[in-house]
Amino acid sequence: MSAIEETPLPGIGTRLEFFTIEGRRMGVVQHHGGRRELFVCAPGDPDRASLSVDLSEDDAGRLSDALGVAREDRHEDRTYEVEGLVFEWIDIVDDSPAAGHSIAQLRVRTRTGASIVAAIGPGLSVPAPEPDFVIEAGQTLVVAGTADGVNAVRDLVAGR
Amino acid sequence: MDHAALIWLELGGVLALLAVMARLARRVSLSPIPLYLATGLAFGEGGLLPLVTSQEFVEIGAELGVILLLLMLGLEYTGRELIGNLRSSAPVGIADLVLNFLPGFAAGLVLGLGTVPSLFLGGVTYISSSGIVAKVLADLDWTANRETPIVLSVLVFEDLTMAVMLPVLGAVALGGTLPTAVVSVAIALTAVGLVLAVSVRYGERISRLAFSDSDEAHLLTVLGITLLVAGLAEAIHVSAAVGAFLVGIGISGPAAHRANTLLAPLRDLFAAVFFVFFGLATDPSVLPDVMWPVLLLTIVTTATKGAVAWIGGARQQIGVPGRRRAAAALMARGEFSIVIAGIAVAAGASPRLSAIAAGYVLLTATLGPLAAMAADRSPGPPTAPAVGG
Repeated sequence: MSAIEETPLPGIGTRLEFFTIEGRRMGVVQHHGGRRELFVCAPGDPDRASLSVDLSEDDAGRLSDALGVAREDRHEDRTYEVEGLVFEWIDIVDDSPAAGHSIAQLRVRTRTGASIVAAIGPGLSVPAPEPDFVIEAGQTLVVAGTADGVNAVRDLVAGR
Repeated sequence: MDHAALIWLELGGVLALLAVMARLARRVSLSPIPLYLATGLAFGEGGLLPLVTSQEFVEIGAELGVILLLLMLGLEYTGRELIGNLRSSAPVGIADLVLNFLPGFAAGLVLGLGTVPSLFLGGVTYISSSGIVAKVLADLDWTANRETPIVLSVLVFEDLTMAVMLPVLGAVALGGTLPTAVVSVAIALTAVGLVLAVSVRYGERISRLAFSDSDEAHLLTVLGITLLVAGLAEAIHVSAAVGAFLVGIGISGPAAHRANTLLAPLRDLFAAVFFVFFGLATDPSVLPDVMWPVLLLTIVTTATKGAVAWIGGARQQIGVPGRRRAAAALMARGEFSIVIAGIAVAAGASPRLSAIAAGYVLLTATLGPLAAMAADRSPGPPTAPAVGG
């Protein structure tokens, strides 16, 4: 699965697209006026949208219902709560201010009360990282703590 | 017959004829611009039916057409889009400027039009028609295509260049000396930069101030501000059109969408008047003399626009069919070429310049959409299967 790529279309809106598991480019053009245009590309010419359908707000809602996977559900899968203790998987995005800093530098436990119990990928996963472990963009941190503490870590790595 | 009766008969006749042209254009899904120009040519000096009584009204209407064209071009964009785009599109944009300005400029010199009119002719061949491109993209469902951002970023670069070019051309057309030209360019650049900065930072707040729930109040607010700024811009020799463009950039979000809907019919009316007026001011009897230069310029600048699409496409790993579509989309020159030529005509340029501009736009604006339709149908050589990301 590829991530959603965002391309500004000056004067028109924004194009959001990704490659499907079959390698077909598909996505949505969000027009400035609020119109959504769903498109799929031809297998023979990946640059050309071979099918494009205009969707109203209601249509888009119905389509997402019909597809049956709400994005929020998948996010919830990445949080476990056991008797007041919360585990959460937090992605480090490219422009995260935490990227390039060690856990000690960020003083994660002091500032949030939550602990980083593992760091996943890319390539290498580290269980129970030491305080001098350096957080990099592309990693996913597994954080444990109270709900507030975990939220504080999420804000910390997002620079909020 | 009394004066008023003559005016209404003339204007009514012209509009009725334009209506026929617009319907015809729609039927064959082409841009109406070349047909409007042809209508003007038919009525003008030396044409079939010269207009006399309504000349003055048509003249002001044409000016208003230019202002509305540029205002609505600006409304399409937000300052943030323009700045964000400028960084990534500069190399292709500069290639576009060099490759498409030079043929017109050189042709002008070779034809002995003189340096200043040649500069205008360079502007005419440089700038693609945003209106025709937008129509092609929408008609052929090309919005989601991968080459489309390249086409759009070329247009954005051209539009910004035009905002600088119009005051320069205006200054040299008025026979201004180098210092006056430099001053108007400096003012234009400062104004463009300032408006972009203000629009990025305060665009939403300004737009909220301009916004009104009443269609009527909103229309009058936007139009009023635009005409005031256009007048001020003209007074400091920056060109009314550029002033209107900057107002358009400054207004964004819901205020811009509303203004778009409200102003579109006005723009359609007065832009049509503008094309007719340009046709009127062009002597059709000169057209046969400039036929060869027009043909040659069309061929050369179609190739140079194609080269721009090719370079831009290669940078983004677009396949051959996509680059061909981008080339076809960019081929048509239209409203802004006529706007540039119009400034030269207003300053009393030779009838040959306006004839070349009219003939050139007639040809490229007709052939461009046809080329696009052909590029849409051609399957192109077999390409490698899509690559998953």
